[in-house]
Amino acid sequence: MLRNTPVPAVEIRDVTLNYFTPERETLALSNVSLDVAKGEFIALVGSSGCGKSTLLTLVSGLMPASRGSIKVDGLDVTAPSPRVGFMFQKDTLLDWRSIVDNVMLGAELLGLDRRRARQRAETLLTRYGLGDFMHSLPHQLSGGMRQRAALARTLCCEPDLLLLDEPFSALDYQTRLALSDEIAAILQAEGKTVILVTHDIGEAISMADRVIVMSRRPGRIKSEHHISFPSFGDKRPTPFEARKCPEFAQYFQTIWDELDLHEVH
Amino acid sequence: MSSEAMADTKIAAKTAASSGRSAAYEAYLRGLRWRAWSISLWQIGLIAAFLVLWEVAPRAGWINPMLTSYPSAVARTFMAGASDGSLLMHTWVTLFETIVGFAGGMFLGLLCAIALWWSDYLYRVLDPFIVVLNAIPKIALVPIFYIWLGDAASIYAMAIAVSVFVTVLMLFTGFKAIDPDKVKLARLFGASKRQILDKIVLPGSVPTIISALKVNVGLALVGVVVGEFQAAKAGLGYLITYGSQIFQMNLVMTAIVVLAAISTALFVIIQAIEVTVLRRHGVSR
Repeated sequence: MLRNTPVPAVEIRDVTLNYFTPERETLALSNVSLDVAKGEFIALVGSSGCGKSTLLTLVSGLMPASRGSIKVDGLDVTAPSPRVGFMFQKDTLLDWRSIVDNVMLGAELLGLDRRRARQRAETLLTRYGLGDFMHSLPHQLSGGMRQRAALARTLCCEPDLLLLDEPFSALDYQTRLALSDEIAAILQAEGKTVILVTHDIGEAISMADRVIVMSRRPGRIKSEHHISFPSFGDKRPTPFEARKCPEFAQYFQTIWDELDLHEVH
Repeated sequence: MSSEAMADTKIAAKTAASSGRSAAYEAYLRGLRWRAWSISLWQIGLIAAFLVLWEVAPRAGWINPMLTSYPSAVARTFMAGASDGSLLMHTWVTLFETIVGFAGGMFLGLLCAIALWWSDYLYRVLDPFIVVLNAIPKIALVPIFYIWLGDAASIYAMAIAVSVFVTVLMLFTGFKAIDPDKVKLARLFGASKRQILDKIVLPGSVPTIISALKVNVGLALVGVVVGEFQAAKAGLGYLITYGSQIFQMNLVMTAIVVLAAISTALFVIIQAIEVTVLRRHGVSR
């Protein structure tokens, strides 16, 4: 475990974001500070519109913060970096490209060595059970397979940090449970640092080492919970197993209460 | 499907026919076949009835043959024109002008749409002008084009003018409808604007581009014929004006029939392209 290395994988300091529309100025995030250790899996939960996805966009470097600083591996974030991978709610596979060409998109855009990228793409796809579908077009695959292909695309450029923006929410319930198990196993095996944004409390508790609860707009960090399952023993449970542990229900109740989901706007 | 697999399904279908299918399903299939048949029958019947009426009415003296001509006369004019090559020449002139005008309108429209996509500011500035230009009946410009550009160039200009603004609007709308997450994805991989255009927006707009082709091929033909009315010394539009001036309805009707054939042929070609391209493009149907 690299938990205690001095430089955190992600360092968010007093980040504030205002954005402007002709109608109004919106304070989307207010003084958010957060450290993520190398190899840690954190989940951001909050009601819709709390700025959790916005925070992820800031970390990705697509948009600058109004105030405050964001560092990844000790370096200020100014633009998107190949060391950071991003997964969307939709798989965003390009319909006109075969699966393997989709997975190689990043390498192609970044101008990396194509032969190596292709090798890695094929390795990843085979590992994720898509070996027979490399030359298929996306519409020939099921939703879960497409999202696995999207994961392969994200991992093909070997990022150290993964930003997951509700990557399971477009899938049906069974597929979601099965896929979160698979992806948790893959990410654990690769030792990636992960920030998962989700509105699904169960998903957050079952996958993450730490769950960060965000308040309604303007988004602030309301509380955080270190997740552990002592009843399961030393080994980390898979998300599916975690859901059956007694601790899961306790965490769920605590976080549910904090989210104020029942409050009328 | 390989031919072998196809043979397998055929055999499977045959055995199913002799054994598996229920009587109700057989009846359902017979119903479907009969429906398809009867639709074709109606279509052929309508054409035949129209031709018979067109032939009989002038001959029986119900209408003046000078005004309408009739099919057998049109057929004779057609054969005469086909055998001395003059009809072929006029058809070729119109077809060539249409293809050039169509390609020109598409190309120009694509360039403009890319420019508008590239700069939102430019789009905001030009938007009202494009809308007005699109709304102007382009046919009103025929005399001006003739004066400015002369007889040959004004026909191409007309074909382009009729098709280009629709193309710009269609393609631009298509570009804007590309999933923003796909653009975001490319930006996350450090893509430049040019790369976003080449790798995401243009390939993602292939279905839109094909729809624009389908609309434009008809519009370009309209532009060419109208241009020929004013200016040409050859072409089917010229034949129509010439025929009507000397009151030769046979000629006019022949030209119209050939125009119908050309536009159908062009449309069928584009449709064939559409089917193959969209399948290879991964659009599920």
